[in-house]
Amino acid sequence: MTSVDERVLAAQPPAPANTRPRRRRGKPLSPLLVAFVLVPFAVESIWVFWPALQGFWFSLTRWDGLEPPTYIGFDNYAELAGDATFRGALINTVLWLVLFGGLSVIGGFGMALILQRERRGVGFYRAALFTPVVFSLVVTALVWRVFYQPDGVADELLRAVGLEHLIRPWLADPETALYAVILPALWRQIGYVMVLYLAGLKAIDPALHEAAKMDGANNWQRLRNVTIPQLKGVNAVVLSVIVIDSLRSFDIVWSLTKGGPYHSSELLSTYMYSTAFQSLRLGYASAIAVVIFVLALAVILGYLVRAFREDA
Amino acid sequence: MIRALRTGTFHLGMGLLSLLWLAPILWVVIMSTRTFDDIAANGVGSLPHSFTLDTYSQAWTDGGELRALINSMLVTVPSVALSLVLAALAAFALSRYRIPGRRTILLLMLAGNLLPPQILLIPVSKFSELTGTFDTLYALIAVQVGFGLGFYTFVLHGFMRDLPNEIQEAATIDGAGPGQIFARVILPLTRPALAALGALSFTWIFNDLLWAITVLRTDDNMPVTPALLALQGQFVSSWNVIAAGTVIAAVPTLLVFLRFQRHFVSGLAIGAVK
Repeated sequence: MTSVDERVLAAQPPAPANTRPRRRRGKPLSPLLVAFVLVPFAVESIWVFWPALQGFWFSLTRWDGLEPPTYIGFDNYAELAGDATFRGALINTVLWLVLFGGLSVIGGFGMALILQRERRGVGFYRAALFTPVVFSLVVTALVWRVFYQPDGVADELLRAVGLEHLIRPWLADPETALYAVILPALWRQIGYVMVLYLAGLKAIDPALHEAAKMDGANNWQRLRNVTIPQLKGVNAVVLSVIVIDSLRSFDIVWSLTKGGPYHSSELLSTYMYSTAFQSLRLGYASAIAVVIFVLALAVILGYLVRAFREDA
Repeated sequence: MIRALRTGTFHLGMGLLSLLWLAPILWVVIMSTRTFDDIAANGVGSLPHSFTLDTYSQAWTDGGELRALINSMLVTVPSVALSLVLAALAAFALSRYRIPGRRTILLLMLAGNLLPPQILLIPVSKFSELTGTFDTLYALIAVQVGFGLGFYTFVLHGFMRDLPNEIQEAATIDGAGPGQIFARVILPLTRPALAALGALSFTWIFNDLLWAITVLRTDDNMPVTPALLALQGQFVSSWNVIAAGTVIAAVPTLLVFLRFQRHFVSGLAIGAVK
């Protein structure tokens, strides 16, 4: 059982260049094999690559979805620069990236460290933290809506500890809406990040820890000098997952606040969606989508470049 | 002595945290069994003073959850099957044969999956209008397959590449072509990875909201996730019915998770150590 699991865990990126030669020299490539590659590639091209290129093109147009799009150059981007709602959504997205991303990494990594050792009860605790991952964000949102309702669980709890003066309409107050949305998102993400780190911790060679122990390293030193450096690969994956998830985050905000009140919990993704499908400004919405794309690319590339430099 | 104390602290702390983590879910389950009058009189935050299961039949029939669940299954099952078949074929050819440009193709396919979906929404919705599939489940299946393929291919490629070469050579000597080698040799050995991806993609596709509300319009066509949002508008302040609807929407993925727990978790972890 474990050997199979380990093999799944060890799924590696493409080996550099020398994928083992299997075709005998001179033998033509079987048309069947070509079809094996081309059919899936064509499906992805139709539904992903071609639309992505179109997305860039649409961002240079004015378009209401009925008339054909008119080319307007970079006017949409110029308008974005002066759009206060867009700026607010951009700031919220960055806040979301830092808070949701940062806290889920800290929480997930902490939980993985605490729960890494196989001992009695650990399976239950892992499962408890992990359960929310199974639900959709819409389900998560509705679960938490109960929590935030006027006279809901949050208010009852505050009343019970004598802090009723803090009570407010959590989701309807522009001051708190964004944070009230981040909390359920975190509730779900921490378990996910924990699983990623648990897998990473499991892959560390125990001999490294043994050696450090022999050298008299304490727990903290071993964490800093053995565990964390060994998790470099996992960190890269977690970072990509977090960045991509943050920029994609839509479901939870849409189900809880739709970006309101007064755009106070607006993210780039919700602003893009409402601009496209409610205001029917398809060209302008495409420009927002391009910004999301560029941000995702910038953060991931930025991280990769740094990671490579450290290696060199 | 100190060890016992530390173990005790660990279990106490983690026990409380686990309870805290599960509390919102338990609360919703409890709430789904309360009557409307109870909630109106005592508030959503109070402990239950009543018990009923009518909420479930209301969500199930009046709220349209039955229809929505059928739609979800009609989308999820074919999408999972199709994506895994196509991804397995591509991964097989790319990992076991010298296809020219195979690394570029693989990385390109993975990159496609990493694109933020926002950039695809408008073109995909327009394209489905163009092909006459807008507001049909076919459009949703197609986009789910297209969007997931890159990641599934990437993971299966990593798995298939590490399978031993000897069995394939033996089959080649016996005169088996690529089709037979795929179906009889490689695919059976790939089953653990397929199970992991199957469990994972089931929940992803079943839980999706964004693609569904992009290519579908009619309420009757909506899968569970968007239907659950609509239920909120339909049963404003009937928190017990909304809670029952939420429980119903969560059950299928919970069942898949419980049944395939091991595969599910290892599937998620594929990302971590890749």
